[in-house]
Amino acid sequence: MTNEDLKSLITQHVSEAVFEEGQFLNAIVDGSKAFSLLKSIRENPETEFDYLFCQSGVDWKEFFYVVYHLSSKKHKHTLVIKAKITDRVNPRIESVAGIWKTAEMNELEIFDLFGIKFNNHPNLRRLFLDDTWGFPLRKDYTDDVNIVSL
Amino acid sequence: MELEQPAISDTGDFTINMGPQHPSTHGVLHLKVTLNGETIKNVEPHLGYIHRSIEKMSEASTYRNFIYLTSRMDYLSAHMNNQACAMVVEKGLQLEIPPRAKVIRMLMSELTRLASHQLWWGALGLDLGAITPYFLGFRDREEILDIFEETCGARLTMNYNVPGGLMYDIHPNFVGKVKTFLKNFEDHLPEYKQLLTGNIIFEERTKGVGILTPEDALSFGCTGAVARGSGISCDVRKWNPYDGYETVQFEEPMETGCDCYSRYVVRIREMEESVKIIEQLIDNIPEGEFQAKTKVVLKVPKGEYYTRVETARGELGVYLVSDGSSNPYRIKYRSPGFSNLAALNTMAKGNKIGDLVAIMATLDLVIPDIDR
Repeated sequence: MTNEDLKSLITQHVSEAVFEEGQFLNAIVDGSKAFSLLKSIRENPETEFDYLFCQSGVDWKEFFYVVYHLSSKKHKHTLVIKAKITDRVNPRIESVAGIWKTAEMNELEIFDLFGIKFNNHPNLRRLFLDDTWGFPLRKDYTDDVNIVSL
Repeated sequence: MELEQPAISDTGDFTINMGPQHPSTHGVLHLKVTLNGETIKNVEPHLGYIHRSIEKMSEASTYRNFIYLTSRMDYLSAHMNNQACAMVVEKGLQLEIPPRAKVIRMLMSELTRLASHQLWWGALGLDLGAITPYFLGFRDREEILDIFEETCGARLTMNYNVPGGLMYDIHPNFVGKVKTFLKNFEDHLPEYKQLLTGNIIFEERTKGVGILTPEDALSFGCTGAVARGSGISCDVRKWNPYDGYETVQFEEPMETGCDCYSRYVVRIREMEESVKIIEQLIDNIPEGEFQAKTKVVLKVPKGEYYTRVETARGELGVYLVSDGSSNPYRIKYRSPGFSNLAALNTMAKGNKIGDLVAIMATLDLVIPDIDR
């Protein structure tokens, strides 16, 4: 599918999606609508995004993005979905571990480093750090002992 | 009063901890293994023993500096890690690197891949109880590390890439030494095959063990020899050629056995392909500059950039979010080992505890790559 086709398909599903053209096509959607969109583009035989090659979080101070880099082995197209989470106190989003198995570990990492909780994740736990640690990749994270600023 | 959990449940399940100091984990990986007798029921990896948060450290470093932190991720593919980071900065700055730098980068990448696979092959033998491969693997790897040392000044964390090309030119002895290595390795590679590939004990221990179906391999995001052993074509050098890989002829080795033996054969064949690539390039290193001209302080324009390279373990992706300043705003390293490790539970379930070592050996895990 071309980028234009992908755009119209996503707009059909989430009408208020915002698009950014860059290296890949980026679609920004609200966190609450991301799961159904991701599920549908995975299952739709015309898009068939079967390879989640990168899942990450970005902290933009006012909100978080959970970024899904998707591509299809069959159709050879690539798409980036950014799910926007505005709640900083208790950020939550639906887990996609049931759609792509790789998400299970990646979501653990995002939870560990950003504190974003994933609903319906099979086993949400701190992956690297212990339970008392803060969330180091948040921009407002401070640590006077372990971080030496240059 | 809280009752202590019984060591063995009613169904006969019990849990043992493998690592973080187990020799077969090749680093500080802690596996919580649930067993019934000798049969594996569940494997849960626990990480963090060597977590340094390289992503956070990268945010505090400049675009010239952060590249060298990544040598400490997958230290056996240090050159390719650096290359991916240099490429992401070059992409942001729209910098074209000189042809000489491209060819030398490719040569170094393939030598790194060979060195990594030689170490893997030796360690695999050791894990399965054969000691000789370890010495033979190291004998050949030593030659490559000597070449690195002469050109880069370091044997492992080479730090040879800069945004715009290479840090310095190759050593005058480079071409000659690589040719000598190729000549020696031509005689040595058949030894690898004689020792393990056709060995009945080795075949019994790896054939049909650790099955990973193609659907699972894709769903887990496996790359490198792990996915190719399950018949999934995923070589970044073929699909998204970078730094001149579109100009060389090589094959992407694939097997469809989905077991440990297939992953083993894929890596052995990858070594042959790497040798082919080096043979094509070694006499054709273009003359000219080895570094493009860049400013002292690099500022990548606001935006998002993604580059990927094929390391010895699979696809390494670097996702850079820039806000226009001289430091990265956010960097995510999509490391191949992390995704490959996720598949371990699926591969190990139903096998015997002794097979877990064979499965881990053919996953070729490097723990600092997973913990970052």
